[in-house]
Amino acid sequence: MSTAIEIAAAVSAGEQTASSVLESYLSRIDDREAEIHAFNAVTAEEARATAAAIDASVAAGETVGPLAGVPVALKDNMCTTGIATTCSSRMLEDWKPPYDATVVERLREAGAIMVGKTNLDEFAMGSSTENSAFGVTHNPLDVTRVPGGSSGGSAAAVAAGFAPLSLGSDTGGSIRQPAALCGVVGMKPSYGAVSRYGLIAFASSLDQIGPFSATVADSALLYSVIAGHDARDSTSIPLPVPDVQATLDDGVEGLRVGIISELMGEGPLEGFEPEVLARVRDAANALAAAGATVAEVSVPSTIYGLSAYYQIAPAEASSNLARYDGVRYGHREPGGVNTAAMMKASRTAGFGPEVKRRIMLGTYALSAGYYDAFYGKAQRVRTLIINDLAKAYADFDVLLSPTSPCVAFPIGAKSDPLTMYLNDTCTIPSNLAGHPAISVPFGTGADDLPVGVQVLAPMLGEAKMYTVARAIELAASGGQS
Amino acid sequence: MSVRTDSVNEGAEPESSRLSREDVAHVASLALLELTDAELDEFTGQLDAVLEHAKDIDALDVGDVEPTYHPYPVTNVFRDDVVEQLDVHDAALAMAPEAEDGQFRVPPALGEEP
Amino acid sequence: MTDIEQPVSSTMLSAWEVDSKVERETSHLPAEWEMVIGLEVHAELATETKMFSPARNHFGSEPNTNVHPVCLGLPGTLPVVNGKAVELSIRLGLALNCHVQRCVFARKNYFYPDMPKDYQISQYDRPLNINGWLELASGHTIGIERAHMEEDTGKSTHVGESGRIHDAGYSLVDYNRAGVPLIEIVSHPDIRGPEEAKEYVAELQRILIAVGASDGKFEEGSLRVDANVSVRPAGSDELRTRCEVKNVNSLRSLGRAIQYETQRHVDLYLAGDRPVQETRHWDEEGGRTRAGRSKEQAEDYRYFPDPDLVPVDPSPEWIEEIRQSLPVLPRERRQRLVDAGGTAQAAALAVERDLDQLAFDAMSQGADPERTLKHVANNLAVDGAQTLDPSNFAELVKLETGGGLTATQAKQVLAEMVETGNAPGDIAAQRGFEAMESSELEGLLDGIIAASPDEWSRFCEGEAKLQGFFTGQIMKATKGQADGKEIAKLLAQKSAG
Repeated sequence: MSTAIEIAAAVSAGEQTASSVLESYLSRIDDREAEIHAFNAVTAEEARATAAAIDASVAAGETVGPLAGVPVALKDNMCTTGIATTCSSRMLEDWKPPYDATVVERLREAGAIMVGKTNLDEFAMGSSTENSAFGVTHNPLDVTRVPGGSSGGSAAAVAAGFAPLSLGSDTGGSIRQPAALCGVVGMKPSYGAVSRYGLIAFASSLDQIGPFSATVADSALLYSVIAGHDARDSTSIPLPVPDVQATLDDGVEGLRVGIISELMGEGPLEGFEPEVLARVRDAANALAAAGATVAEVSVPSTIYGLSAYYQIAPAEASSNLARYDGVRYGHREPGGVNTAAMMKASRTAGFGPEVKRRIMLGTYALSAGYYDAFYGKAQRVRTLIINDLAKAYADFDVLLSPTSPCVAFPIGAKSDPLTMYLNDTCTIPSNLAGHPAISVPFGTGADDLPVGVQVLAPMLGEAKMYTVARAIELAASGGQS
Repeated sequence: MSVRTDSVNEGAEPESSRLSREDVAHVASLALLELTDAELDEFTGQLDAVLEHAKDIDALDVGDVEPTYHPYPVTNVFRDDVVEQLDVHDAALAMAPEAEDGQFRVPPALGEEP
Repeated sequence: MTDIEQPVSSTMLSAWEVDSKVERETSHLPAEWEMVIGLEVHAELATETKMFSPARNHFGSEPNTNVHPVCLGLPGTLPVVNGKAVELSIRLGLALNCHVQRCVFARKNYFYPDMPKDYQISQYDRPLNINGWLELASGHTIGIERAHMEEDTGKSTHVGESGRIHDAGYSLVDYNRAGVPLIEIVSHPDIRGPEEAKEYVAELQRILIAVGASDGKFEEGSLRVDANVSVRPAGSDELRTRCEVKNVNSLRSLGRAIQYETQRHVDLYLAGDRPVQETRHWDEEGGRTRAGRSKEQAEDYRYFPDPDLVPVDPSPEWIEEIRQSLPVLPRERRQRLVDAGGTAQAAALAVERDLDQLAFDAMSQGADPERTLKHVANNLAVDGAQTLDPSNFAELVKLETGGGLTATQAKQVLAEMVETGNAPGDIAAQRGFEAMESSELEGLLDGIIAASPDEWSRFCEGEAKLQGFFTGQIMKATKGQADGKEIAKLLAQKSAG
């Protein structure tokens, strides 16, 4: 299978048509989508039209974008004009936005071809994609297992070869954890690096859109296309995007790499699979062999990340999801005798249990009096984590940890919400800090399933993060690539 | 509106985060969600477990720590006062569960309580 | 440890101390009771677009035509602050002598079909403007607790057979108003009566208009008032249970609603009962307040800082720049005319008509204040009056007071001045308005006396109403050009002689 970079080069040069590339991906989707269920919708018609337009541009000698002819799958919580955007919820089952998300505009301008909208945990709440109202997504590497979540459909789409690239969103690990479980590369950018306009909100101060890909270089390419200031998102960072592609192969010679001890089972946090920890150490050793300085570092407050996260994210979600009331769009339950009854019935019927749990958790956190009691306190813990990470970054360029404490687990194995939440322990600190982090496959763990190594970097430290990720990728492939 | 002045003393209130069935029922009604008795029982246990786990931060003294509401602090992000002509009137009403005369139709504000 | 502002009560008391020294409006309540009133005024800001959405801010459009994905609260949309709305809010804050501070937007969460996101973006513990004051024409000072920015809701119309709110039927929702920028001005409970409440709102309206923050139109809903009302034994400083009276849509209603509600409280106390804290609605037709739907649970708005928006932190330079650009405020404008010799009432009218600068300039050039303001009050409520040249206006008043023109002539000349911009002397000359010499007038009168000897002798015997007859005859003969005062003087002289 070709990489996105190869496809774009071939299409731009007229060596391959976008249409033929698309057909090969559509036929793979035809072959396996029934057993994987990566997509809520495959937009073959629209994709064919876009591919034809790209081919016409190339034939006419026009300049095409850096993703010319590259199929991309989109998590179904990003708005696409006239194409259902459901968040895998009954609430938005038939909802067709009248506008495009900023990332969708940027993909189009770059010449990408959207092949479909991928499945997710309802409103991105979950770590297994089992919370979708439209059915579970299966891990392409073992269809009895989950692909992780919440961007499970996007991770599975890349892993199954349905698209070389996809976009996910990451609030507490929703890109990196499924990337790890599906054996692909998944990256959460710095908060504010990619516009959230048109991303249906889960937790506004944590949500970020980011790329899935088979290779680190493709990840850097897609990141370069979607990142950049957007006036429609007040939290968008008003700075130019660093050229992460230029420094990709700089090598790790002289870089300082810290392994976060608290996320290696050396503190109160438990449940790390030994094979997972072993692969992280292998990756660290490989970096050391490539010239990096590697040492353990303590980031004590990371152990509080999960608790802070489960105050902040549900609080914001409870407010963000209030608008689904059956008045203007989305599901309306018939028979309400008054507006309030109609709204209540619509919300009760439209949301699944996990969404209800989180709305209630967040409503509780905010209703307990002045917001400072829970929400504000959690935001202070967030500062502690940022401060601790800053201390670590005084001595290290990047940090390492597992992405997920475990490999892909069987569908239905984690029915208890708290057990499921504990999956996000390693990924949450980056969301709270707003820092970038990437999951890179490195070997396998239990049952020969892939393990993801997480590279964390400070705010706007995407360039060094990608350099290290590329070195890990190189080591994982035994130096081939 | 006015500002609540009974602000919370750090570390005073959150300890009592054990959740009762009534708490969950109250929160569900605030959130405009209807729960069956079975759901109420199930959710009470599940949410209580999550809050119990989150109690580890109650002991933290963060009184001197500024909260982080935005990971990347910017201020004064303003838009020019210029109309963006984007005719979504038809599209907006087309997506409405019920519409009439160019407006969104809903059941009466105060009908009979169910 | 929190960022919460000082408790309301401490600042309130200091304002009362100041106020208790001045004589207050006498209450319509029994003398042993005193009204305690605080007002929350919502004013729609005069922007082109909404607070957080680039949709048009315009009253009276077809339903749901001034909408955009952002103000419809469509999934995935994000708010971006309208910089002009912030500027207008700071203008008002400065005009109300407020401290302008770094502020944040907060979400006020409650379910309401007119509110597209089911939360309202407002400000909570960090509002833009705090601790101001507004001085009334009476000299009383009303404390301003805060003036914060927020967004308006849409509107729904009940459609049903009887048109009553409780019948079946249904509602139609229009989101044109949803997201329109508002400034909410919250006063301290410093107001002591319905007239003072009306005066406060009227003055606030003048300031809003003067600084360009709002068009201040009650009739279009761009100005709305909620009153927090309680009573207490006169002279006490306790704060008793208050009720919030909503749906007050005019100054007249405001006065009536306060009168009704305070009386209701007094009646309850006198009956050994007490009011309950609640929101009540003013029923204009019934002339009474009614309790809103009883709420099973206390309002719990779950305020928290809006994570989609970043703080507004006006720089000292920006604030100063805005301060410099503020117009002279109505209070100072009125005072300036009073200081120059006008009466308070005439000064207020001149400011109301935005003719005070013209009047002041004319007065500065020696025009008689009383005559000048009389013209402003009686003869200049016309289009184009503002374009009048102050020197010409002064010249006209001087001609008149110097006896060169009669009042009637002056009025005619003034009208032509507004129309043509010509100088009063030229207009008077062209029209042949030369002041009539006394001797000329006397000759005329002699002729009239000769023609009506009977009336003249009755007049001389004291039949005063015949003054009108002779004045009329002279006016008729002079085509209204004679000076009434001069005629009166002449009649008095001749009848006495």
